[in-house]
Amino acid sequence: MTDALEPQTFRVTRADLVRYAGASGDFNVIHWSDRLASKVGLPGVIAHGMYTMALVGRAVTTWAGAADAVVEFSVRFSRPVPVPDTDEGTDIEVSGVVKEVTDDGLTRLGITATCQGEKVLSLATATIRKR
Amino acid sequence: MPLDPSFAGRSWPPTEPYLVGREKIREFALAIGAHDAEYHDPAAARALGYPDVVAPPTFPTVVTMAASRQIIADPGLGMDYSRVVHGDQKFRYTRPVVAGDALVCANTVEDITQRGGHDFITTRTDVTTEAGEPVVTAWSKLVQRGEEGGSSERSEGGVRMPTEGSA
Repeated sequence: MTDALEPQTFRVTRADLVRYAGASGDFNVIHWSDRLASKVGLPGVIAHGMYTMALVGRAVTTWAGAADAVVEFSVRFSRPVPVPDTDEGTDIEVSGVVKEVTDDGLTRLGITATCQGEKVLSLATATIRKR
Repeated sequence: MPLDPSFAGRSWPPTEPYLVGREKIREFALAIGAHDAEYHDPAAARALGYPDVVAPPTFPTVVTMAASRQIIADPGLGMDYSRVVHGDQKFRYTRPVVAGDALVCANTVEDITQRGGHDFITTRTDVTTEAGEPVVTAWSKLVQRGEEGGSSERSEGGVRMPTEGSA
């Protein structure tokens, strides 16, 4: 593990949301219907918060070097991630810095995730135990 | 309609076991773009010390979301799921989920609050094996946004999201 999670970009399209809805079982209408998302005051279809968290999880496990390295993982969804119905969709950029290495060998990683330059997560932290 | 605050502190008996299938882990891993072999190939997973294909860290949401229906779908709670966004999520892992697990969920509502016209509910789900060995605990805060026209949070011509809870 290096002392920083280098910035990486994840592209998110409507097709990704459809696939994630099916795989996760989260069929909330705000993740697939502009009409119904607008009705509840959203700018349109937004990504599942858990999809954003899953992308961050990918970045973290790859950086940590093992699927079971993460012992604690928490986020606050501070802004929605609108996903336009275009081929390009939108991009989420993920990066992180080591905040602390504890005496018992745990590494606390502070994570930043942005979309269109705005933070979409706050208080995002992963605690990692090296294998 | 606000959420019924009497749900706070309530616990539910453990759910029927959720059988974690290899194909479900593969499907979930594919959906999030996790192509590493340990999520897909049992032999590769075993070579890394897992008993079978291993689930990505947020996979437990598949299990806990299904289990949490016993809370959020209870008409007594009064939740309108179309107005719900996800506020916070936290996992504490004892070990990763692997294919072949039979997982049991015990739900507790830790907190229900109302602020700025929005309702907040925090649930904790303790996920264990049928024998009661801990696997992972998940905390989830959901936000039910104020009803159309019924909240001063709404700004003219657009939306002001609650300060927390936007997914």
